[in-house]
Amino acid sequence: MDRLFDFSDYGALLGLVHNSLIAAALLGLVGGLVGVFVQVRDMQFAVHGISELSFAGAAAALLLGGSVALGSVLGSVLAAALIGGLGVRARDRNSVIGVLMPFGLGLGVLFLSLYDGRAANKFGLLTGQIVAVDTVRLGWLVGVSIVVLAGLALIWRPLMFISVDPEVAAARGVPAGVLSVVFTLLLGLAVSLAVQVVGALLVLSLLVTPAAAAFRVTASPVLGPLLSTLFAVVSAVGGILLALGGSIPISPFVTTISFAIYLVCRVVSTRRRRAGWGARVPDAQLDPAPVPVR
Amino acid sequence: MTTSALSLRGAGIRFGDRVLWSGLDLELQPGEFLAVLGPNGAGKSTLLKAVLGQQPLFDGELLIGGRAPGRGSDRVGYVPQQKSMDAATPLRARDLVALGMDGHRWGLRRRTAEQRRRIADALAAVGATGYADAPLGLLSGGEQQRVRIAQALATDPSLLLCDEPLLSLDLRHQRAVADMIDRRRHEHDTAVVFVTHEINPVLDLVDRVLYIAAGGHRIGPPSEVLTSRTLSELYRTPVDVLNVRGRVVVVGTPDEPGGCTHHELTPEAQPAGGAG
Repeated sequence: MDRLFDFSDYGALLGLVHNSLIAAALLGLVGGLVGVFVQVRDMQFAVHGISELSFAGAAAALLLGGSVALGSVLGSVLAAALIGGLGVRARDRNSVIGVLMPFGLGLGVLFLSLYDGRAANKFGLLTGQIVAVDTVRLGWLVGVSIVVLAGLALIWRPLMFISVDPEVAAARGVPAGVLSVVFTLLLGLAVSLAVQVVGALLVLSLLVTPAAAAFRVTASPVLGPLLSTLFAVVSAVGGILLALGGSIPISPFVTTISFAIYLVCRVVSTRRRRAGWGARVPDAQLDPAPVPVR
Repeated sequence: MTTSALSLRGAGIRFGDRVLWSGLDLELQPGEFLAVLGPNGAGKSTLLKAVLGQQPLFDGELLIGGRAPGRGSDRVGYVPQQKSMDAATPLRARDLVALGMDGHRWGLRRRTAEQRRRIADALAAVGATGYADAPLGLLSGGEQQRVRIAQALATDPSLLLCDEPLLSLDLRHQRAVADMIDRRRHEHDTAVVFVTHEINPVLDLVDRVLYIAAGGHRIGPPSEVLTSRTLSELYRTPVDVLNVRGRVVVVGTPDEPGGCTHHELTPEAQPAGGAG
């Protein structure tokens, strides 16, 4: 245990990872909110697919000596555009993703094997390299986060409408195709953020698990996103704080925290359902309507 | 003369060479209850799509309250075919109704007290106050359908479109939902277009029937349209319409392999004071 955790120089270390903590908090915020729609629109597989192409983009940038951040954004956005453009229907979408994903991963592996720089950089793309967030990269992360958050705020309501209630939303004139493409692009940007922080293989732990956990315990459209964000921030920031005291990379901590939160939420929800969640007023079911509208 | 809630003049829809229906003339008055009947594929749902502005007419004219149909008008309420909400849907009954009012708006905005009151009133009008805060996915089919009707009526529309709203509901809920729609049109003069396989649960409520089949369409009171002669013409094959204890049973339509049909209900299943 001594070699796993050593918190003696913790204060000094904290100063060093100041940027990383901000990056993790931002990622939690973005991941938790985007995750709400990943959950509602059943796009977990898309998250995984986009992250593999984002990895390929980052690996290409590493090989060519370009910006890893830019490479991962380009990879993500390209993947998102392909998925959004080729597969509007859920079934098409999954097969497009299934085709793209191994191709992206293969490309990434190719680029990494051609790259002869530091091995830690290679590994970091897959499993996270949080400690190395410099000021320039933090600027990138902040910029991309702002774009994603602003975009989400703009489309939140119609996107929720078309996702949970497509027929009525279409009848009210909500443009399903446009929203699907815009959301997939925002998702691509969010994934590229996550790839740079937790690595391509573990993106799901911040974009899927927190929202899945939150919706086990609430159906409120305000509380759900808030909890999802809180869970994602706690996982990301908590992961860094724990990783600081040891020699293990950050990812296992992030994934373990987010999984633990999910387990707790499942237990809570099972208990609530057994106790009768959303219990109704007796006989409300077949009461003739007592109050006319206005 | 008042403006018709919905008027169709010489309206027709075709896909390529296939004519779904044509020459459809209809003036639906405010508060009128129209049931749309016919076999699968006759174009009943397509009619609703045309009224919603999602399907352009091939020829003719369609007006809602004297104006051309726009996409997403709040003058039209829509209750889609009943299908269960995913159990993991992260919304409460109240939120679905709210989306019906402002879900098409961009950006985030707090709902005003007035809006919240209208949502609560719409839920109360369908007797759904007791489960307004329950997750949608945990509601029964009948409860979800009530919430959908509250959603469709929350914008105070002058025309209500229902696509098979009674499908997969048990008889008590069928009756409750039909009565709810009936009361609405009497109290608010909302015209109702009600696409259904089952005429009997609403037989005593409808003013007119629009029956669409391969041989054309007929519009008129149920007693005139639902006859052996008319339906035989529409189906281009001998069809018998029987009136049994105030219910209509259609026998011999070609789309029913057993020769018997969907317009029929078993007598013992009919609720007291139901059709008749």
